[in-house]
Amino acid sequence: MSPQIVEAPKVPQKHQAQKTDRVVVRLAGDSGDGIQLSGSQLSTSSAIAGNDLSTLPDFPAEIRAPAGTLPGVSGFQISFSNYDIHTPGDQPDALIAFNPAALKVNIDELKLGGLLIVNTDAFNAKNLQKAGYARNPLEDGSVDAYRVIQVPITDLNRKALATSGLGTRAIDRSKNFFTLGILYHIYNRPDDATLRWIDKQFAKDEQLRLANLTALKAGRAYAEASELFQSTYEVEPAPFPPGDYRSMMGNSALCLGLVAASIKANIPLFYAGYPITPASPILHELARYREYGVVTLQAEDEIAAVSAALGAAFGGALSVTGTSGPGIALKTEAMGLGLMTELPMVVIDVQRGGPSTGLPTKPEQADLLQVMFGRHGESPLPVISCSTTGDCFETAFEACRIALKYMVPVILMTDGYLANASEPWKLPSVADLPDVTTRLVTGNSAGFQPYQRDPKTLARLWAVPGMAGFEHRIGGLEKEDVTGNVSYDPLNHEKMVRLRAEKVERIADELPPTAIDGDPSGDLLVIGWGSTRGAIMGAIRRKREEGKKVSWIHLRYINPFPRDLGDIMKRFKSVLVPELNMGQLALLLRAKYVRNVVSLNKVQGRPFKASEIAEKIDEALKMGKSVNVNESVRSQRG
Amino acid sequence: MADQAVGTPKPPSTPAAGGTTLTAKDFLSDQEVRWCPGCGDYAILSAVTSIFPKIGVARENIVVVSGIGCSSRFPYYTNTFGFHGIHGRAPAIATGLKTMRRELSVWVVTGDGDGLSIGGNHLIHTMRRNVDLKILLFNNKIYGLTKGQASPTSEMGKRTASSPMGTYERPFNTLSLALGAEATFVARSVDVYRAHLQETLMRAAAHRGTAFIEIYQNCNIFNDGAFDDVIEPTVRDDRNLLLRHGQPLVYGKEPRKGIRRNPETGMLEVVELGNGIAEKDLVVHDERRPDPDLAFELSRLCWPLFPTPIGVFRSVQAPTSEDLVWKQVEDAKVAKPNAGLDSLLRRGDLWRVTEDGKVEQL
Repeated sequence: MSPQIVEAPKVPQKHQAQKTDRVVVRLAGDSGDGIQLSGSQLSTSSAIAGNDLSTLPDFPAEIRAPAGTLPGVSGFQISFSNYDIHTPGDQPDALIAFNPAALKVNIDELKLGGLLIVNTDAFNAKNLQKAGYARNPLEDGSVDAYRVIQVPITDLNRKALATSGLGTRAIDRSKNFFTLGILYHIYNRPDDATLRWIDKQFAKDEQLRLANLTALKAGRAYAEASELFQSTYEVEPAPFPPGDYRSMMGNSALCLGLVAASIKANIPLFYAGYPITPASPILHELARYREYGVVTLQAEDEIAAVSAALGAAFGGALSVTGTSGPGIALKTEAMGLGLMTELPMVVIDVQRGGPSTGLPTKPEQADLLQVMFGRHGESPLPVISCSTTGDCFETAFEACRIALKYMVPVILMTDGYLANASEPWKLPSVADLPDVTTRLVTGNSAGFQPYQRDPKTLARLWAVPGMAGFEHRIGGLEKEDVTGNVSYDPLNHEKMVRLRAEKVERIADELPPTAIDGDPSGDLLVIGWGSTRGAIMGAIRRKREEGKKVSWIHLRYINPFPRDLGDIMKRFKSVLVPELNMGQLALLLRAKYVRNVVSLNKVQGRPFKASEIAEKIDEALKMGKSVNVNESVRSQRG
Repeated sequence: MADQAVGTPKPPSTPAAGGTTLTAKDFLSDQEVRWCPGCGDYAILSAVTSIFPKIGVARENIVVVSGIGCSSRFPYYTNTFGFHGIHGRAPAIATGLKTMRRELSVWVVTGDGDGLSIGGNHLIHTMRRNVDLKILLFNNKIYGLTKGQASPTSEMGKRTASSPMGTYERPFNTLSLALGAEATFVARSVDVYRAHLQETLMRAAAHRGTAFIEIYQNCNIFNDGAFDDVIEPTVRDDRNLLLRHGQPLVYGKEPRKGIRRNPETGMLEVVELGNGIAEKDLVVHDERRPDPDLAFELSRLCWPLFPTPIGVFRSVQAPTSEDLVWKQVEDAKVAKPNAGLDSLLRRGDLWRVTEDGKVEQL
């Protein structure tokens, strides 16, 4: 079966591709339209084309909300470029709307004059009504500000697959590949990776394999032949350092970091989790690593997951549990037990919009104070945060390293954006991974005491069942120093509280000097953490292009803060803290360093746009000049 | 441990060295026992430490895990590895431990509040998975450590600190719950039935899978004599039914009585032996029946309408969840050998950026 070119103009056009540095494309349609699949194919093809890229899937909490409705709209934004980027872009240059609801939800974000491709077949009376359009927006002038290309995608795809032998329903399911073909033409993407994917995915169903392949080719052929698509774009490869790369989502990178730490530490990895958006993919992915000795447990609830992880830690495993904000709330008591028994464990918080069930599929950074202070008693735990998809690998590895070295539960922060976003990732060199040491006891048990500490790190020893002579009991009751026996002695309690806090503080002793992007002193320092990294980088880049001086720190270590952070802050007139919450890191910085900072807050279930941060940088720079503290305080409220 | 290959559980240590030479005393820790004088827990601690030297497991491979409550202080008093957890979570903690360390003999000590109220979810799911744990649920039908509130096994209408006018909730039938979750080993014993308790504990130790024992335990402070109407020496012969596998359900001193299935209603009923009713007419206990139906029927029997059964209700073999997951690990290692850091990082579609900046798909 060869692809049929439908409605081809008589003379195929030759056109010159327009060179551009960066393109932002958003696909939007029903949850069932295959938007996420198309997006990931476009990502892979762009990676193979050598571009840097960043993606943002945006899907509803409902698996299949009613077709054609506003809540059912699923989106995928990708940005690819010939330079280093870390955000999927502020505003799309192109929007592909599979139906009226998708148009309505997304049109306001499209750049004025941007490319709008719509599937006209879906713009029928029923769908218009479902989307709440009184009149067809394609006909009433409301999309005149955009370069609109109307394509009867459903119909064209049906014609292309008329001889495929498939039913209409099955044919319609492949229309995302037809659309992908159009996009591959517009953006000069290679087909190879998608063709290979189709071959592999449909290896067992020749009919479907051929149909999807045909749809892809027919879409490209249609676009090539049609006068509508004369403008095409070319984004040249980005200058990547030499090396081997793969496309990486944050949650996957995080999983690899955990497994790598387990291999380096030479102890098996145990992961217990309860299904929760957006952390579930960690459970799914780790369950596929059995050959690396990874054991996963789908626990009956969040509490069981963290408790089982503690039990496994008592048995000598590298223990990890992962969840999102609501699950952290449930795990807090057991995290306190882990802190008290001084067992190594990693607790992952893939943050989502809260409070309560909140916005399950949308990113937010509002769990910071919960993980810092959400436990009863004096109970500080180390908190570290991932900032890019690739960084999820390193930070997860680092969380394991700290947990095992200091015998302490470590909280690893990430969020729904990092979880699902993907970027090219340069494979780390195996030889460069740091060693992971454990506190497992060896040799003779003579004189062993369960709460004997390393004088430098204050970490206790790790004696696990099966070690003859090391039999001992631990638990949540207060311990006597050194022996670990139950003790209600008042002074001993205070001593132990201080020791546990001091142990966490001492992690900062081994942290490298904080990397400052920009001048080491000046008017404005931006301090960020987590997934806002890309947007902050983009904002600072813009401001520097305008000749403004802005310095920037992106924190991985939040508890303890790096030792030099206070001094660095003193060297700047103003400090700006952009975060996707109401000012939680800002609160910690103000409290710890007793100085004012300017907050930029956003809680819309969406990442920052670089432009939003850039604007605030201007404001903060002005403020720094006037050095008017009151003004900056007012601004935080505004 | 540190030199173990990743993913390979530690091989079991030989039990003989510790197992044969140690005595009950060696299993008592140096910590002062702090239960109230007269508490039934003392008898259970004594029974447990008396069987530990006999179960064929080295001391360092025995772990006692508990939650919160009077019973949950247990680990502090046994000279083994021990983990005093948080309220209700002992089965979950023990599940993680046992899953990663299959050679260990893991004992969970819990109570009616800890196990059936705050930790009810973990208890039933542990039994559903058939994790190889020995779960001892001390049932005294009251909250002791928090000073006398009603528990999920307190009888309806019971007046307690939290129910001055009597409870208005139905109690759980502990063993019906365990059997509903299809625990593979389910038994009942009594703190003061030392020989029977020891025998039941030995049976649990030998069972591979979740072994659940409800132990009637007297709280002499807040619920003294809660089981006296069944276990008091002068009445116990007539009010207890000792379950023996393959034996007809007979009990009572004089006259001898038994449990028969009524031919018309199909229900169990008490009959006196003699007058044409012989042992052959009685229900024969079969703890190995694959279905839990008979065991469930027996779990419903209780004084005063029936004698209260004591002994092993159910003992069947089934794969444990930890064996099944490690089988997956072994199978995966065979199917995908050479799993190392390099292969880990290189999974999926790769491309190479060469020194001169070209992109090649790998």
